[in-house]
Amino acid sequence: MQPGERAVPADDEGSERRGLARLFPQTPPPGPFRRTFWSSPLRGPWLTSILGTILLGGVVVVATTGFLSHAAYNPSLGMNAIVDPGRDLPLTFDWPTSPSWLYAVSQGLHVNIGLATIPFLLAKLWSVIPRLFAWPPASTPAQAIERTAVALLVSSAVFLFATGVANILYWYPFKFNFVVAHYWAAAVFVAALAVHLAVKTPVILRAYRTRGALAPLRADLASTEREPEDSDGLVAEKPADPTITRRGVLAFAGGGALLLLVANAGQSIGGPLRSLAFLAPRRQVADDGPNGFPVNKTFRGAGVPEQAVGAGTYRLMLRGDGGERELSRQDLLALTQRTQSLPIACVEGWSTTQSWSGVPLSELARLVGAEEADEVFVESLQPRGVLRESTLSRDQFRDERSLLALRVNGSDLSLDHGFPARVIVPALPGVHNTKWVAAMTFRSRA
Amino acid sequence: MTLLRRGYGTTPLHLVAHVAAFALAAYALLQIVDARRADNIVLWLVGAVILHDFVLLPLYSGLDRAARRVAAGRTTNFLRVPAGLSALLLLVYFPLILGRSERTYETLSGLSPSGYLGRWLLVTGLLFAGSAIVFVITGSRRASRSAPPAQGA
Repeated sequence: MQPGERAVPADDEGSERRGLARLFPQTPPPGPFRRTFWSSPLRGPWLTSILGTILLGGVVVVATTGFLSHAAYNPSLGMNAIVDPGRDLPLTFDWPTSPSWLYAVSQGLHVNIGLATIPFLLAKLWSVIPRLFAWPPASTPAQAIERTAVALLVSSAVFLFATGVANILYWYPFKFNFVVAHYWAAAVFVAALAVHLAVKTPVILRAYRTRGALAPLRADLASTEREPEDSDGLVAEKPADPTITRRGVLAFAGGGALLLLVANAGQSIGGPLRSLAFLAPRRQVADDGPNGFPVNKTFRGAGVPEQAVGAGTYRLMLRGDGGERELSRQDLLALTQRTQSLPIACVEGWSTTQSWSGVPLSELARLVGAEEADEVFVESLQPRGVLRESTLSRDQFRDERSLLALRVNGSDLSLDHGFPARVIVPALPGVHNTKWVAAMTFRSRA
Repeated sequence: MTLLRRGYGTTPLHLVAHVAAFALAAYALLQIVDARRADNIVLWLVGAVILHDFVLLPLYSGLDRAARRVAAGRTTNFLRVPAGLSALLLLVYFPLILGRSERTYETLSGLSPSGYLGRWLLVTGLLFAGSAIVFVITGSRRASRSAPPAQGA
């Protein structure tokens, strides 16, 4: 509170005080509950509308790609689901294999647009902060309900951004399962956002109609004035002198968005841009060799027993309706080999395109008479962890580009990239391209 | 109907829409709380709001107010913008910048996350330097347009 702001008379509603308003003292408590506490001349329905509109564009991309990523894991197959499939929302579908860059682009957008949206979320929340301290807190049941929805919206939004960022940076200060919490918080967010939009669209349209959608951006500092009085209490009662224009606020947030993109997006695009992404978690690679691209989980980190991958001991177990086969790596190298350039993309938003060589998965299916199987259950030598196994759909294992890769860029796979053999399927989330494959079971659903 | 409208505060459709949204949100929240290892989820959801509205926002507003006092007038934004952008990078990337995720990072990638603090400081330096250069250039343009020259460079 600034000097000379005490003893401010409360909004004079006189005898008009009705409903819930009667529950609260007429005079607001001191500090932020007083309208005069908030002095920025920029706040008002128009500024909040333009920030909200930009933010909406961002969250629509992020939410859509988020739910797409959920579908990309094919949770209806085998034990793929991390979110309890019995309680899941009916939003999943058979994830396609084309275009092969589908997951790389979709998840790259999820993470990078997500990051770029953060400054607009912060600016939008700044623009409406006086509403948090509105007095009386609610004067009708409608307002009370609306504010509960806004609380859910802000809570889920901040939660989603915080947990999403923590996850891409490998920082786990929380005990809950990230996937489950992030997914369901997104459902809370979408529900709360939908009603918020329904309530606020008329307010936004009115702000654009009365002030002009972009007209306030033309004002320079000298002509930056507060917006006309509004019913939401966003406009400062005693505005300070402006220190920045409204277009300056947008440029500031936009500059932050751009900076975050430069800091991160290179790890999604790859190539020389990767090392330019100065704060991206996956900006560096071990070496320049054929296996010099980012590793999601190292051989040691995954705890794969060393003797299991030795030339004498490694066997791939194939099972299908037409029998079983056990193949050594030599046997696999003697089968049809195909080379495919395919991207591999992590849920964390980074990706890389490499040239993989190995046996087509359809060929392996044929070996055990399972061309017509519905799915294939792939198990890794990795002893523990939810992602030691995955189930691929029929479309996925029958796609001619899907391989059990043995080599990459003309060299044997490194241990960290899944030697002796790994799955690579177009448009499949990275972790479902199982490394250190021990067994593949083709099966038909009854 | 009018009675309901007056008692409730707006059209009953408002109530219907909110009840629908709350039902979906409650279902979703139950799924999180029911899941294994749900220990501190509620704390996190509530904490998210508290941390933003009662810690982060007052903190940067306070810093901004202080900055406006130190660097009044034309100088304000030349301080505010690089400081704000640098703080944004820190806010997002602090687990890497401050080495909070080193162990998990190494287990997963096989590399150690090096140089993040240095690169953040470097970019911070560049942001401030860029701001200073723009300040001087625009300041001298102003000065050449109108005497007496602007102060504070």
